[in-house]
Amino acid sequence: MGIVEPRIARFDQPLPLACGRDLADYQLVYETYGELNEERSNAVLVCHALSGNHHAAGYHSAEDKKPGWWDECIGPGKPVDTDRFFVVSLNNIGGCHGSTGPTSINPRTGEPWGPDFPPLRARDWVNSQARLADYLGIDCWAAIVGGSLGGMQAMRWALEYPDRVRHCIVIAAAMKLSAQNLAFNEVARQAIMSDPDFADGHYQARGTVPARGLGLARMVGHITYLSDHAMASKFGRDLRSGSFEQGDEQNVEFQVQSYLRYQGSQFSGSFDANTYMLMTRALDYFDLAREYDNDPVAAFRHSSCSFLVISFSTDWRFSPERSREIVNALIAADRPVTYAEIEADEGHDAFLLPIPRYMDVFSAYMRRVGVRN
Amino acid sequence: MRLDLTHIQRWIVPGSRVLDLGCGNGEFLQLLRDQRQVRGTGIEIDPHEITSAIARGLNIVEQNLDRGLANFPDQSFDTVVLAHALQAVHFPDRVLDEMLRIGREGIVTFPNFGHWRCRLYLGTRGKMPVSRFMPYNWYDTPNIHFCTVKDFEALCEQKNIRILARDVVGNTERQPLLASTWPNLFATTAIYHITR
Repeated sequence: MGIVEPRIARFDQPLPLACGRDLADYQLVYETYGELNEERSNAVLVCHALSGNHHAAGYHSAEDKKPGWWDECIGPGKPVDTDRFFVVSLNNIGGCHGSTGPTSINPRTGEPWGPDFPPLRARDWVNSQARLADYLGIDCWAAIVGGSLGGMQAMRWALEYPDRVRHCIVIAAAMKLSAQNLAFNEVARQAIMSDPDFADGHYQARGTVPARGLGLARMVGHITYLSDHAMASKFGRDLRSGSFEQGDEQNVEFQVQSYLRYQGSQFSGSFDANTYMLMTRALDYFDLAREYDNDPVAAFRHSSCSFLVISFSTDWRFSPERSREIVNALIAADRPVTYAEIEADEGHDAFLLPIPRYMDVFSAYMRRVGVRN
Repeated sequence: MRLDLTHIQRWIVPGSRVLDLGCGNGEFLQLLRDQRQVRGTGIEIDPHEITSAIARGLNIVEQNLDRGLANFPDQSFDTVVLAHALQAVHFPDRVLDEMLRIGREGIVTFPNFGHWRCRLYLGTRGKMPVSRFMPYNWYDTPNIHFCTVKDFEALCEQKNIRILARDVVGNTERQPLLASTWPNLFATTAIYHITR
């Protein structure tokens, strides 16, 4: 994709939120890849997951070590082919990478929002994304694509704005979280809240950073993104320091320990704890069919697009069973659906990786997504 | 296009809904879509076939027939097709029941094990037939439930399945009469249009 540049869209029409409050004015930071055609009919929206942001592909500078988080899937000749599509990727409101969120200044108080930022739901993101589509002059997306929490937004789009999306691509997602999912999110939040530096979310005003709590939250989350097999093959029981020799009373340190700590500290240096609280709660709240008498079939009858659903065999965070529930509801609702269950060792993280069969299926499907209305 | 597929095309009503169980690379569903404006869904488990079918623009669900079809509602399709897969499933009888629960009509094709060549092979050599048409050894074959034309019709009778039409493919296209007159001896592929 080469060098890409984030842009900012400002909105001064208040955005009504599911919690009952309005977001008076706000901004969205976004990137685009490829060219919008004259009919404005080749646009693809990428929705990010829990810790993602607008930087999905390409590099910000020649010195950048890592490309955007979904560079494997977006670019010329890749599944989301920028020679055909105009791709829009944004940071959701509530985020911490440039869109209005807890670290932004609350215009009423002149202080950072912090924990007082309104709680958000997936539908709030979808509504703000629809405003961004208006801003960019896009009436109907050729496709909306998302993995994990991003897939939930894609599904919500299909129900809330059925005439504004032609294809919905839902990868490694679920119609709602299981009790186990909820439990992991609670552990993550408790880890953050138990850090004295969190100060009930007012750390920004106090000039502290709850790095330990946020790092711990990320460590727990990270375990759930990997499969047992992936961890075993990556680290096994290899030692980073110490030995099992008898007569040696030093504690050993396994490779997996230092890896997790590294992940935690990397994350806590680049992410905001209040955003993490907000995002995990939005995940917890999500239930595709709640407003449709808890009937997913009735819910999907509101959609009029085609669906591609993809799951990964070792994903235990959002297992193939969760994806099959989506597929079965679509079948029962008589909606066009294609489903592939990809054999992959990498667990939930597989949706970010260039697994050959995944790329084949994704590419084959995207090639049939027309660029005309 | 395999002969049995060109034969069954004419039983498919234009514009109808078709579920193809074991749809392979989607060749048949594509034909039905392009020539008969059919709204089709395919079920397949082979990864390569699934990708080919997706590339054809078809709706394909990765699903193992042996784990059932309970996710498809009653009478949600006009026709359910099972082409050359009856002999490969764990419970052919249950699949037939499911086909006619999900669809108003079913179309089944299978290799006829009663063909004289099979009988001759088994009768003279005393070994399971291996041929160009059935190229697998008994211990390593997807075909675990071979049957004959007579076997299939007996099962239909037992299950009160009505045979709307029977068609056969013979050894060569030059002898269609032999195969249609004595199907259990001369049909290489049997083709049935069934309903309840």
